[in-house]
Amino acid sequence: MDQTLNSPHPTGSPARSDAPAQSASAALARSTRAELFRLSRWPVLWVLVGVWLVLNLLFAYVFSYLAYRSGSGAFGTADVAPDRLLADLAPEAIPRLLTNGMPMFGGAIMLILGALATGSGYGWGTWKTAALQGPGRPATMGGTLLSLAVVVVGVVAATFVTDLGSAVLISSVESQTLAWPELADTARALGGSLLIFAMWTAAGAMIGVVTRSPAVGVGLGLVWALAVENLLRGVAGVLDGLEYVTDLLPGTAAGSMAGALGGMDTADGDGAPGVLTVLDGGPAALLLAGYAVVAAVVTVALASRRDVE
Amino acid sequence: MNETIVTTNRLTKRYGSHTAVDAVSLTVHRGEVYGFLGPNGAGKTTTLRMLLGLARPSSGSATVLGRAPGSPDAVHHTGALIEGPGFFPYLSGRNNLRVMARFQGLDDADADAALARVDLASRGSDPFRSYSLGMKQRLGVAAALLGEPDLLVLDEPTNGLDPAGMADMRTLIVNLARDGHTVLLSSHLLAEVQDICDRIGVISGGRLVTESTVADLRGRSALLVRAEPVDVALAVAMKVAGDDAAHLLDGGGLRVDAPAAAAPRLTRDLVTAGADVLEIRPAERSLEDVFFEITDADPVGRSSTEES
Repeated sequence: MDQTLNSPHPTGSPARSDAPAQSASAALARSTRAELFRLSRWPVLWVLVGVWLVLNLLFAYVFSYLAYRSGSGAFGTADVAPDRLLADLAPEAIPRLLTNGMPMFGGAIMLILGALATGSGYGWGTWKTAALQGPGRPATMGGTLLSLAVVVVGVVAATFVTDLGSAVLISSVESQTLAWPELADTARALGGSLLIFAMWTAAGAMIGVVTRSPAVGVGLGLVWALAVENLLRGVAGVLDGLEYVTDLLPGTAAGSMAGALGGMDTADGDGAPGVLTVLDGGPAALLLAGYAVVAAVVTVALASRRDVE
Repeated sequence: MNETIVTTNRLTKRYGSHTAVDAVSLTVHRGEVYGFLGPNGAGKTTTLRMLLGLARPSSGSATVLGRAPGSPDAVHHTGALIEGPGFFPYLSGRNNLRVMARFQGLDDADADAALARVDLASRGSDPFRSYSLGMKQRLGVAAALLGEPDLLVLDEPTNGLDPAGMADMRTLIVNLARDGHTVLLSSHLLAEVQDICDRIGVISGGRLVTESTVADLRGRSALLVRAEPVDVALAVAMKVAGDDAAHLLDGGGLRVDAPAAAAPRLTRDLVTAGADVLEIRPAERSLEDVFFEITDADPVGRSSTEES
């Protein structure tokens, strides 16, 4: 291999010195472009999004439809009237059920995505390289969060399209009259989905920055989301006063959002794991937005103030 | 030429009770190649990290291009490779540079040009994780060159390069300096610094031990004398050059701290004193001698080392 390092351009007018002083918003825009470029080419992103979409399709539609066709009580649908089962698979049911898998399974996947998106850069040394490019560390991490927000919007849109396509397909196959969901209900469900996923993704990004390690970040995040919150809610049942705390946990807010949208109102009357009715929709939405904002602020502040390893 | 690009004033970094960088005050002038020289763990990288805003000083201050270290303006006009290259392993070399170009608001053509400059264009489409250590290092230099920075900070840039790659890297650095870039280069390779740097700062144990031009550091010229009998030769040398200027070396030779112009007189006096002169020649001290002298011994009580 020829290892000759070519000599620099003969015209040595330094381009960087001619660049105009950059405003904060321009720096943020540049960082977002850079982060979108690398995130969109990251196989892990597509694997995680793919896993979520497949899981959602399987648990929301495929298994229920197979249970309906076979008339058996598979997948927790024992003793459920077949027409009730089919009603959950109609387009009309989408606003009720869109968020059902999001508080726990979908949320866990988005938490993994957030933690890997920020935590991996510490091992790769890419935060250091990015910090040396000049947009400033707040803008760099802000760009990451904005890019993740774009991903969240895309995932929610893809989930909705998958659900709608599946529901229309099942209704057609079963020769049901197509009953479209209410527009306002659909908008509410989409908004709730965005809030749930944004909260979990931002929480993941924060844990990735706090731990500066993808493995520790993902591990701690999952233990919290899947185990600790449930255990605390269990303890709250026997310990007076603790429910005031557990009622405000991120998972409670996400589950309550799904519950408020009608997630409990399924054929088996139980909803998916993680769906709760602890809080009303309004407080749940406020809490989710609050957690997302706090996580984002902590992420940017920590990334900006700490020494880059 | 003497416009100051980098200054530090008693720059200090402590990690707990360990002082990694201890009151370092250095200056880098525009257009020069400044060698930052020291053994591993001396505090070179920590100092550079503070100059780039990656680490906060515990005390002291620094200015880079007239601004605070790490301020967007200072970083924007600085290109750096520090503690090895850090890139996305799943992206190709070209796409990695395109990410960094976007951070700077440059377009893809700039990234491609930087890639060509370190001769990685032919492997630009391969994933970064498949690169050899030398290729990764060169990609790091390419990222530092993006956008034609005024100041280049290169932390041990020849790490992992084979001899040909090291020579090419030196050529590149010399050419960059000729084009008006200021280069701040850290190294533990003395030959590298000796060949390409205008000035060097030597750091040891976190303290800047000396800062000088290469010529000044190698400075005091000496004569190497082999003559017999040795005791006669030593006496003559002390008479000619002064009592402190003659040093006995292993193997019976003498090093006499005197200019080359003193050689004829020394030879005559040796012969007159009845000594057989076997060899007399100017002994230029290598930077390596100076370096070990400075870093091993107490900076004040510099002891002579033998010729190597």
